[in-house]
Amino acid sequence: MRMRRLPEWLVLLLPAIIVTAAVVLIPLLFSLYSSFTPYKLTRPSTLWIWIGTLNYEKILADWNFWSAFGRTILFLTVVLNLELLLGLGIALVINRITWGQRALRTIIMFPMMFSPILVGFQFKFIFNDNIGLVNNTLQSLGISDAALPWLVDAKLAMFSIMFAEIWMSTSIFAILILAGLYAIPRDPLEAAEVDGCTAWQKFRHITLPFLMPFIFIAMTIRSLDVARAYDIVQIMTGGGPARRTELLWTLMSRTGYVDARMGLANAMGYVSIILSIIFTVYFFRKLSAARNELGMGG
Amino acid sequence: MAEVSLTSVEKYYGKFKAVHGIDLQIEDGEFVVLVGPSGCGKSTTLRMIAGLENISGGEVTIGDRVVNDLPPRERNISMVFQNYALYPHMTVRENLGFSLKIANQPESAIDKAVDEAAHILGLDELMDRRPGELSGGQRQRVAMGRAIVRHPDVYLFDEPLSNLDAKLRTQMRVEIKKLHKKVGNTIIYVTHDQVEAMTLADRIVLMKDGHIIQAGTPLELFDAPVDTFVATFIGSPPMNLLNAKISGPSMVLEDGAQLPVPTDAKDLVRDGQDVVLGFRADSLSPVGHGIEETGLKAEVELDVQLTEPLGTETLLFVDFGGKEVQAKMHNPRHVAVGETLTFQLQIDKCHLFDASSGRAIRN
Repeated sequence: MRMRRLPEWLVLLLPAIIVTAAVVLIPLLFSLYSSFTPYKLTRPSTLWIWIGTLNYEKILADWNFWSAFGRTILFLTVVLNLELLLGLGIALVINRITWGQRALRTIIMFPMMFSPILVGFQFKFIFNDNIGLVNNTLQSLGISDAALPWLVDAKLAMFSIMFAEIWMSTSIFAILILAGLYAIPRDPLEAAEVDGCTAWQKFRHITLPFLMPFIFIAMTIRSLDVARAYDIVQIMTGGGPARRTELLWTLMSRTGYVDARMGLANAMGYVSIILSIIFTVYFFRKLSAARNELGMGG
Repeated sequence: MAEVSLTSVEKYYGKFKAVHGIDLQIEDGEFVVLVGPSGCGKSTTLRMIAGLENISGGEVTIGDRVVNDLPPRERNISMVFQNYALYPHMTVRENLGFSLKIANQPESAIDKAVDEAAHILGLDELMDRRPGELSGGQRQRVAMGRAIVRHPDVYLFDEPLSNLDAKLRTQMRVEIKKLHKKVGNTIIYVTHDQVEAMTLADRIVLMKDGHIIQAGTPLELFDAPVDTFVATFIGSPPMNLLNAKISGPSMVLEDGAQLPVPTDAKDLVRDGQDVVLGFRADSLSPVGHGIEETGLKAEVELDVQLTEPLGTETLLFVDFGGKEVQAKMHNPRHVAVGETLTFQLQIDKCHLFDASSGRAIRN
């Protein structure tokens, strides 16, 4: 009997296919399947009960889920925009410095070197209402005599978390934008000067268009990063108090691991992935438009 | 329209002195070419006039304004850069109109000026393209168009043709000259190519190591170089230079050959003086294949080492006075390598330079 031989291309691709299937495809399909079951970690047999779209229906009607969803979008928007502005400012300043630029470039990257968990603990201490640095400073300076509930009040708690997130990650924007500034050819800038541009016009009409691709790359990376914000929030407030700082991932992890309702948590995951996809597609579109505009193609 | 004048202009980069006190008066409407080898300070000088480099010392005036401390945008100049320096994210139309838009000109005025410039440079068809979609020559034309829309006092060109291929360069050279005829503004043009300098300039300013070596019309520099550097830099092929010693009424070359001293140079040299004899290829030709000239001549027998036929003339490389020199054969016939010919040297067309300083004794 002649063995049927597999085609060569398939044989060559097989190792990659097996690995991809094992680490990505099968878990993905499994989690998708489980979102159609009432799977509870504590009762494994529930994995085999098919309940159709019941989990999804529950989510769509769940106020807690949608407020976490909205809060995540708010968090994303504020954090991304502020990081962009601050990062741009830092990059422009560093670009102007002629002495000590290397050292500064390294220093601004320090926040990125800490584990987000530790950053969370640090800011949890800083914003603590009794022993925290902020309240103590405010009180010593006589600006406020009451202890502000930084991590308890809904608005203040969101602010504190955003502050920590921005502190930790602005340097990503700064570094990427700085790389963009280094890549701008000198000639068009000089031509603009001769053409009569003031410093602001030069920035607006020449520098900024050249930076746009870099800004959108940073935006894409950070939107994915921020959309899965978990560690800092979990450490600082745990999503609380009373869900006041609940974001998608704190909600999901509580549902999945604390309440052990993994089927429901997986369904939430699939709904919220939409968010990341929308942001990514949007920024990639913008990125290729900006690149096209500069004649970089792609 | 404006005169430009430079008075003792200096440029330091740290301790390094790139430009040594340059003095230069440029007339209104004049086409001046700054030429010299790389690193001679010509581009730096241009960039100081543009305001893209600080002026370390001296004074630059455009029209009747001292511009030392004015930023480029207040100097009313236009500049064409070596790498075109177009704005890649703008169309040709936007590139051309950018300076007017920045100056808050009304839309209609911008369109009119842009169309006019586009027409002069033949860019009408390309208005909606981006620089990335243009060829080198087209980009250079856009760069020139961007310079002329504004009607500035002075045009500055910084090696605008050096990124183009030889054929395009010749074409663009003609276009630049026509453009100057048409707009009539003052132009300061930097190049390292002496052919560009010779063909374009009303006046050439030849620089070396941050100094002006000689300034004058192309023919002045060609016919009366002030030293051996100018003699070899201007003209193609470069002037032949031979070491010689004055001995009574003759000059003795390194290989012992003797030539008479040019008629009117006899009083300018002293016996025993070391000189450099300079002559252009045109002054050394096989008998019967030269340009008829009056004046003192000398005949020498020389072996041809190499020939370069150019059509209407042939360059002959020959060993003369211990060096390889170039001679020119008009109405050429075929010459075999190794052939011995009788050459006629126009002694009275020869240049004499002092051997130690290189300065001209006789032009």
